Amino acid sequence: MDSKQPNRRKFLKGSAALVGLAVGAVRSASGQTPASGAYIKGNAELIAYGQRSRFETAVRMSHGGRSSPDAFGLVMHVATPLQESVGVITPSALHYVATTRGSYIPDIDPKEHRLMVHGMVDRPLTFTMQDLKRLPSVTRLHFVECAANRPSAKAKSIQESHGMTSCAEWTGVLLSVLLKEAGVKGGASWIVAEGAEEVKGTSSIPLAKAMEDCLVCYGMNGEAVRPQHGYPLRLLVPGFEGIFNVKWLRRIKAVDQYYMTYNDYGHLRQGHEDAALGYQIGPKSVITYPCAGQQLPGKGFYEIKGLAWSGGGAIRRVEVSTDGGRSWKDAEIRGTAHRMAHTRFSLNWNWDGTETAILSRCTDERGQIQPTRAQVAEFFKVPLTPEYRVPGQDNTIQTWRIASNGSVHNAYA
Amino acid sequence: MGAFTMRMLRLLSFVLLLGGFALAQSRPYGVGSTPSEAEIRALDISISPTGKELPPGRGTAQEGAKLYVQKGCAACHGAELKGGPAPNLIRDEPKPGVDPWALGRVLPFRSPYATTVWDFINRGMPLDREGTLTADEVYALTAFLLNKNGVIPEDAVMDAQSLPKVKMPNRDAWAPLPNWKPGMQRLEGYPY
Repeated sequence: MDSKQPNRRKFLKGSAALVGLAVGAVRSASGQTPASGAYIKGNAELIAYGQRSRFETAVRMSHGGRSSPDAFGLVMHVATPLQESVGVITPSALHYVATTRGSYIPDIDPKEHRLMVHGMVDRPLTFTMQDLKRLPSVTRLHFVECAANRPSAKAKSIQESHGMTSCAEWTGVLLSVLLKEAGVKGGASWIVAEGAEEVKGTSSIPLAKAMEDCLVCYGMNGEAVRPQHGYPLRLLVPGFEGIFNVKWLRRIKAVDQYYMTYNDYGHLRQGHEDAALGYQIGPKSVITYPCAGQQLPGKGFYEIKGLAWSGGGAIRRVEVSTDGGRSWKDAEIRGTAHRMAHTRFSLNWNWDGTETAILSRCTDERGQIQPTRAQVAEFFKVPLTPEYRVPGQDNTIQTWRIASNGSVHNAYA
Repeated sequence: MGAFTMRMLRLLSFVLLLGGFALAQSRPYGVGSTPSEAEIRALDISISPTGKELPPGRGTAQEGAKLYVQKGCAACHGAELKGGPAPNLIRDEPKPGVDPWALGRVLPFRSPYATTVWDFINRGMPLDREGTLTADEVYALTAFLLNKNGVIPEDAVMDAQSLPKVKMPNRDAWAPLPNWKPGMQRLEGYPY
């Protein structure tokens, strides 16, 4: 197709110019109009709610070897196709999904839904969806990332190695507004947030984080939060591991200790370092084009594109290496770098057609730098083996190897 | 109306005004309604490690063994608790002295507190019939699973007093949680 199209365009433009000479005004875009019959017939459904082109086939996939849905119809971990991503927003239909244990997706009537705030508060309060929409709102871009989002030697694609993160525009009420409305009592140090799904997924969250920037969201990417993402109400805990972001939010209890729920006990670690790095996500980036599983058509110009994010705030700098990490160039940050949000970066590159390795690293507003696995191992003074598991959320650098035939591979080491 | 009464009325309205102002300050928007005690009790299923919210009731491993079959647990988790369509519920070597960290995530076995097991059964089991187990049944099933995993003897009675006192294998072998504060370093001296 690539070899044929320019000829066809040239032909069409040429003939238009000829006809133009003879007849006068002719639409110069005639080469862009579809061939006869190639159109999407309007129907009521498509007019009411749009659909992507049938030529766009990016889909999510089950993550971590567990089929989703499973034999019971429970939805497990589902990864987003980062290899197809453009911009910084993940479309809601492609946003990654994870649930407590594997859950049914509740079908909640928003008119019936309530959020109760209670526990160590002066005034327990119940909010309807209508109540929440009366309160001052904020709209923010934030990524969410699952703790299971770890690069690995097994991953054949970026979807497998990095697909458990996504970024959306979230709209809702700051949790601090609701907690102030209820009046948190002195002595409270945690909140316990609970979902309405059948397993009532529950996480303990530090009160300091709850008061800082957590969002109780009813909006996602300009429409209501979708059922898989917590309709009609979900919690956003910006920059913290995914499991804190309780969906189908129905209850918040202010308490004076870690409640050690099913979600919580999974957060316990043997080592202090592992525990400390398992809450807030460090600076992380990945090149989304070219990436493993893709095929470059040949040497020449490419805009290397990727995403960078950090639980510690905004991305300040992204560097890209096209020679396996020997030298680094500053990538350009595309658009605004929002705090705790995917940030798009790019670098112009001329590939000479020889085998090479490309990788990216980012620095966030606190000066935290994305490490290699070797740097982490060195910091903790342990030998770097292929089995070495970096402590906490894995934010290490991902390298893609480009073979001389243009095929791109995971170069995990 | 006497001057005294007038003064009192003026004072009263001043106090009311102050009170109203204070109330407005403490509850900025006045949005939301107040749930009744009964409504809170009905929704509040949280169980803390101290067990202070645990309901009255009791159960033993023997009772739990019967319920494990009757309530359909065995159908999904396996008659021997070794899993099936639903996860494995028993560790490989149910004997004391084995490092709980080496055993992976079997049930919430790695939790330092037995209340986690009770809470999870109570809130999330059996699939599709959550919330149908009585408190006695949850105590009995918890006792059964703890006994099968070598944590408590077969005749131990689990109730609101005894359950929080169960010494789980991982009671003391976990790292303290980070005391998260805005802007703090994730780990002292860690540049990444």
